Amino acid sequence: MSEEIIKDVIIGENEEYIINMGPQHPSTHGVLRFEVCLQGETVKYLIPHIGYIHRGIEKMCEAITYPQIIHLTDRMDYLSAHINNEAVCLCVENALQIEVPERVKYIRTILAELNRIASHQLWWSAFGMDLGALTTFFYGLRDREKILDIFEESFGSRLLHSFIMPGGLMHDVHPNFQKRIKEFIAYFRKKLPEYDQLLTGNIIFQNRSKGIGLMSRETAIAYGVTGPSGRGSGWSCDIRKIAPYSAYDKVQFNEMLETEGDTFARYKVRMREMWESMNILEQLVDNIPEGDYTAKMKPIIKLPVGEYFQRVETARGELAVYIVSDGNKTPYRIKFRTPNFSNLFVMNKITSGYKIADLVAVSGSLDLVIPDIDR
Amino acid sequence: MNSSISKYFSEMFKAIASLWAGMRITGKYFVSPGEIVTQQYPENRATLKMEERFKGEIIMPHDENNLHACTGCGICEMNCPNGSIEIITNRVPNAEGKPERVIDKHIYHLSMCTFCGLCVKTCPSDALAFGQEFEHAVFDRSHLTKVLNQPGSLLRKEAKK
Repeated sequence: MSEEIIKDVIIGENEEYIINMGPQHPSTHGVLRFEVCLQGETVKYLIPHIGYIHRGIEKMCEAITYPQIIHLTDRMDYLSAHINNEAVCLCVENALQIEVPERVKYIRTILAELNRIASHQLWWSAFGMDLGALTTFFYGLRDREKILDIFEESFGSRLLHSFIMPGGLMHDVHPNFQKRIKEFIAYFRKKLPEYDQLLTGNIIFQNRSKGIGLMSRETAIAYGVTGPSGRGSGWSCDIRKIAPYSAYDKVQFNEMLETEGDTFARYKVRMREMWESMNILEQLVDNIPEGDYTAKMKPIIKLPVGEYFQRVETARGELAVYIVSDGNKTPYRIKFRTPNFSNLFVMNKITSGYKIADLVAVSGSLDLVIPDIDR
Repeated sequence: MNSSISKYFSEMFKAIASLWAGMRITGKYFVSPGEIVTQQYPENRATLKMEERFKGEIIMPHDENNLHACTGCGICEMNCPNGSIEIITNRVPNAEGKPERVIDKHIYHLSMCTFCGLCVKTCPSDALAFGQEFEHAVFDRSHLTKVLNQPGSLLRKEAKK
């Protein structure tokens, strides 16, 4: 009996068989398991199994107050911690109809863009490493260290900042903040062309990424694939452009679009976004207005009864926060629409028919952060 | 036939050129040790200095007379999202004979702390601060539970204004 089941499951008709990729596979960057059905080396279908790092953040948020929720949102998409914090803060501020000072808006936008560059640097490092170029890992992390040093000087922590509070910021930024950002931009403008020479033009990398994991614009919209992954398929989905928040309406920037929809297009979008983030930083860093670092807030924040919604653009796509309040100091229900959850489930569609070695390239190009999927 | 052979060779040379472009970068760093960014960590412990605002652990600063500023109001305990602060207070009669709240123990569980900074931010008398210590490895988890007020320390009277 058991032998029959094993025979059915492991080698079915047409010589199909199933293997598990993960939950400890290094290229999934976390605890994610793909159940991959193969025929020879070709992927027939793929089922993602999630939940290995589920912590129940949404349920935990129902028991804690709004300022306390901030530190849990850090731990969803830990590579865009500032942007996650900002999403909840904007939602709470909209509900209370508080106008935050201009200085706060500028600093928040600068932090979000710095965080986006740091996130893309880590993605570039890990993506190169997934495809066999170990050197990229060292060079990417070397440059990311400069941003983390800026963060450490101003907020005392490098990865999980919890720096943005409802109504403003935890405390003011360090006096060196502007100087160090300008130093970083000058430094990174010289280093970023090296990324292109090292990896973008590399023939092995191009052969492994061009024409792999094709995602049409229709597929991206149908599955809700946002962020650089969606923009690589030509879908204009940048929340910074569609519904500007913070200081994004005051800066000039372009939305990066590629139309090919393959792994290399998603790669190119992220590389160009790093240049564009530096342009945004240059426009803002000299113009930070003087003023308070926080609006006047009551010590205990209670939202009026109702439903509130806010979306922001993280480094991986659209993060939406939905709060239902019953008038208490804790939310009745809070829901996070995280970008990685939607981006993950397109994997089956875009990897079917490709080889198993391409799976690593495609999942790397979607830039998945697993704690953001499970929450 | 000729075109396919020339294509084969041109692709091969393009590939070699692209590999050479990458190798030039790595070669440049190989021969210029001035660009090395790694730190020799355990050896440079004496000179290693963290940033001024670094969130290493929570401490309660005491002055030279062993006085602190904590009134035991419990706002930090209330604001902590994961219960890493416990405050035990006593009621001690003051000079006028009225009972007054005095902290007995300010217990801090480092093992549960997520360094969100809400306790330091909300403390009304600025009694808490972030310390610079970052080497927190211990052999037993119980060592991570700390009592922040030093033995025999008292409340600084000016802080009550």
